[in-house]
Amino acid sequence: MTADWTSLLFGKLTLEAIPYHEPILVVTFIGVAIGGLTVLGALTYFRLWGYLWKEWFTSIDHKKIGIMYIVFAIIMLLRGFADALMMRFQQAIAFNGNEGYFPPHHYDQVFTAHGVIMIFFVAMPFVTGLMNFVVPLQIGARDVSFPFLNNFSFWMTVAGGIIVMISLFVGEFAKTGWLAYPPLSDITYSPDVGVDYYIWGLQIAGIGTLLSGVNLIATILKMRAPGMSMMKMPIFTWTAFCTNILIVAAFPVLTAVLALLTLDRYVGTHFFTNTDGGSAMLYVNLIWIWGHPEVYILVLPVFGVFSEVVSTFARKRLFGYTSMVYATVVITILSYIVWLHHFFTMGSGASVNSFFGITTMIISIPTGAKMFNWLFTMYHGRIKYEVSMLWTIGFMVTFVIGGMTGVLLAVPPADFVLHNSLFLIAHFHNVIIGGVVFGVFAGINFWFPKAFGFRLNAFWGKMSFWFWLIGFYFAFMPLYVLGLMGVTRRMNQFDDPSLQIWFIIAAFGAFLILLGIGSFIIQILYSIWKRDELRDETGDPWNARTLEWSTSSPPPAYNFAFTPVVHDVDEWWFMKQNGYKRPLSGFIPIHMPKNTGTGAILAGLSVAFGFAMVWHIWWLALVSFVAIIGKTIHHTFNYNRDFYIPAEEVAAVEARRTQMLPAE
Amino acid sequence: MASHAHSNAHGDHGHHDHHHGDHASHGTFGSYMTGFVLSVILTAIPFWLVMGNVIEDKTVTGVLIMGLGLVQIIVHMIFFLHMDTKSEGGWNMMALLFTVVLVLIALSGSLWVMHNLNTYMMPELTPEAAKQLP
Amino acid sequence: MSANTHHTATPAEGLTFYMKDEHHPEQSTMIGFWIYLMSDCLIFAILFATYAVLGHSFAGGPTAKELFDLKLVAINTAMLLFSSITYGFAMLEMEKGNKGLLVSWLVVTFFFGACFLGIELYEFHHLIEEGAGPWRSAFLSSFFTLVGTHGLHVTCGLVWMAVLMVQISKFGINPANKRRLMTLSMFWHFLDVIWIGVFSFVYLMGVL
Repeated sequence: MTADWTSLLFGKLTLEAIPYHEPILVVTFIGVAIGGLTVLGALTYFRLWGYLWKEWFTSIDHKKIGIMYIVFAIIMLLRGFADALMMRFQQAIAFNGNEGYFPPHHYDQVFTAHGVIMIFFVAMPFVTGLMNFVVPLQIGARDVSFPFLNNFSFWMTVAGGIIVMISLFVGEFAKTGWLAYPPLSDITYSPDVGVDYYIWGLQIAGIGTLLSGVNLIATILKMRAPGMSMMKMPIFTWTAFCTNILIVAAFPVLTAVLALLTLDRYVGTHFFTNTDGGSAMLYVNLIWIWGHPEVYILVLPVFGVFSEVVSTFARKRLFGYTSMVYATVVITILSYIVWLHHFFTMGSGASVNSFFGITTMIISIPTGAKMFNWLFTMYHGRIKYEVSMLWTIGFMVTFVIGGMTGVLLAVPPADFVLHNSLFLIAHFHNVIIGGVVFGVFAGINFWFPKAFGFRLNAFWGKMSFWFWLIGFYFAFMPLYVLGLMGVTRRMNQFDDPSLQIWFIIAAFGAFLILLGIGSFIIQILYSIWKRDELRDETGDPWNARTLEWSTSSPPPAYNFAFTPVVHDVDEWWFMKQNGYKRPLSGFIPIHMPKNTGTGAILAGLSVAFGFAMVWHIWWLALVSFVAIIGKTIHHTFNYNRDFYIPAEEVAAVEARRTQMLPAE
Repeated sequence: MASHAHSNAHGDHGHHDHHHGDHASHGTFGSYMTGFVLSVILTAIPFWLVMGNVIEDKTVTGVLIMGLGLVQIIVHMIFFLHMDTKSEGGWNMMALLFTVVLVLIALSGSLWVMHNLNTYMMPELTPEAAKQLP
Repeated sequence: MSANTHHTATPAEGLTFYMKDEHHPEQSTMIGFWIYLMSDCLIFAILFATYAVLGHSFAGGPTAKELFDLKLVAINTAMLLFSSITYGFAMLEMEKGNKGLLVSWLVVTFFFGACFLGIELYEFHHLIEEGAGPWRSAFLSSFFTLVGTHGLHVTCGLVWMAVLMVQISKFGINPANKRRLMTLSMFWHFLDVIWIGVFSFVYLMGVL
């Protein structure tokens, strides 16, 4: 009788699900608990909850949402990197019968969590955050098309992250690798809750990602300042546009495939099972239809970042703007016809493999064109080696290496040798770290003064850059070597002692990257401390080229007191060249959307729903689901969602800026 | 989720010109009826073809069904969804065409790939053989 | 865009750098919702692809030919077509600003939509009773999921329609409600388009 009641109340959740018998997790938990309580205590002590809720959590200002995305990504980066570090040290010591500190079942969770977190909760929020912050400013808009939806999207992403994080201390995470291939991920072979955490975390975050994609496309199509035709959009906006098209066209595929896996696990259907006609190969095929565009979702926006950074610090107009745009569009389309190169070895015939091998090689052409465009932009430019520019040059070297190993892997016979080896691991880290991560750091260093009104300290920025760059090569070049020797991925211990030295070098590289991340954190904290010395009052610290630099730093809630009229791709440069004078009078009331807590509330309910589904707590699932629907409907009954900033207030804000600016 | 259509006051300003999304064509009684009659006919024919066993050759019937389905989709797009090349500055049509291309890629690609995989990796698994499975 | 229709400030050299009065960007809701529908379309594309791949994996169980009752499907299709045209009439009344008739047509549409859903549920119930539930074979899994996902969308549409009826009765045909009616119109007709694919590809081709 008691058993019935507890299972009705708690589903599959029991005290045994708390991993108090795993010392590593207990220590982690204590650390997280102490850190978390300190932060919560500090927030309470300084009475910041009200401020955070009113000014940030419920904010529908695209700039604040963008910043929150990036803060979230940084927090998740620490988690994802902690996993990476532990794996590197495990592999460095697990030789000659030494089993290291991770038993296989725990190691499997760690590499799965590392992949999932780094892609979905680090890289995605980083690029989404940058796009959110920058795009409306670059196109001269006051906000995005659907400001409430933007807030909701952010919180859904966070909700997904929370569900994945809960798995650390309640139950366990998937042991299947980051794409959860069946039949391993089916209920027969993964009867635990790990895959369920994976599914619900990604589905909930996926809703946020999809809606933010819709939102930004609509914004770019509809909210551009007068005069800004498509071919006058700044290149970052172009890459953001293509990225969001990819998001909207790819994430539904992930949603559908995960839904089918969910049905297999919860309802007992036979999509991907070994029995009753299911096909596990179908899952692999479908998920890569999402998976390949996903890598371009990550890398296209940072191509945009590099383009902005290069032209700003080379003091030149971007070389080959038009070809850059077309290259981006071509990549967008081509990224849909290469997915099979992720499973050449699954056994399709020569015709299929060669078709997808060739399309994969073709996709390197537009990417190469971009590389030359950046080089030609730098050629004969007066380059200023600011931190963002260092990241960009580091990217150009590193990414070309990663791209070339990618073309190598695109050759099906070569892939048969290297598939699932550490060579592949080295390749994709080479493009994701060398491309996405470097790009994100370039972007953060570049736009930080716009967001906060002071620059980031250059010394610690350079430290961070050099540790990351050198650390990257130490960490991943050995993996290329090991991969060529035939060492496969996802192993928690090795027999052959001659391999150990390479893993030790890789672990040293990971340690250098740790110093790089540490330097980045120090860079931010030190810059906040020294913010008065680093203050930028002009709003344009780099003498940059696009519209976001024409307004103050940080920009006012309404972005621009008057909507700009655009003549040129580098409109702010054009304005500076043609004697633009800041308007000092004639301000008008500005129409703005109101803050709302609905997004955060819906996301909180979604966490409850996801958790309930993971643990089969049906009553909670039902209650939270009904609450989600109810709250959504309730929200639609609110018609009063906007207000006007009075002209006097605009005038006052602008007058304060006039005082800060040097007299002209 | 979709009912979150954000209520901003742009619609109330009386500042409308023909570019505004609010003024996409809504169709008339005539156009709705035309669409309805056409779609009834286009639905009736394939049902009749199958239920009445009209044509012996199944391939021909199959092609006819899919062809009529395609025509009916286009009818619905024009008369009910009011698709044309001009609405939203052509972006509606652009989005639709892009989606159609992706749907074709996903469908035909998956079929091609899965057919290949089934042929090479699971050659014995014909429906007859599948019946023998436990 | 529409720069030439606005008053503009002209400081130096005859160049205009900014607009003196408030800029009104075009409405984004329609294009935004259309893009959402396109993404929904891709969900269905994947379900169709799954059905296309697994549609003959009967695993020794019942086949499409043995299971599908075309008469029922024909009635069901008729329900959806009727609901389409009645929604069209509702939109025409919205244009005329006729609140009473608008809500009445929505009620009729709701009725047809509910009938569609009822018949579908009856069909599902019947199949499961016959031992042909979604867990019987990969074919049935993909069939139930594809048709069920469409049904789920219809359910969402019905909930949305009910909420809108209340909102229109309460607040009248204001610009926000108009926009919602138009987005729901797109959603509803989009579901027809999907259903055309379902009855042609799943039912008719299945029985063939």
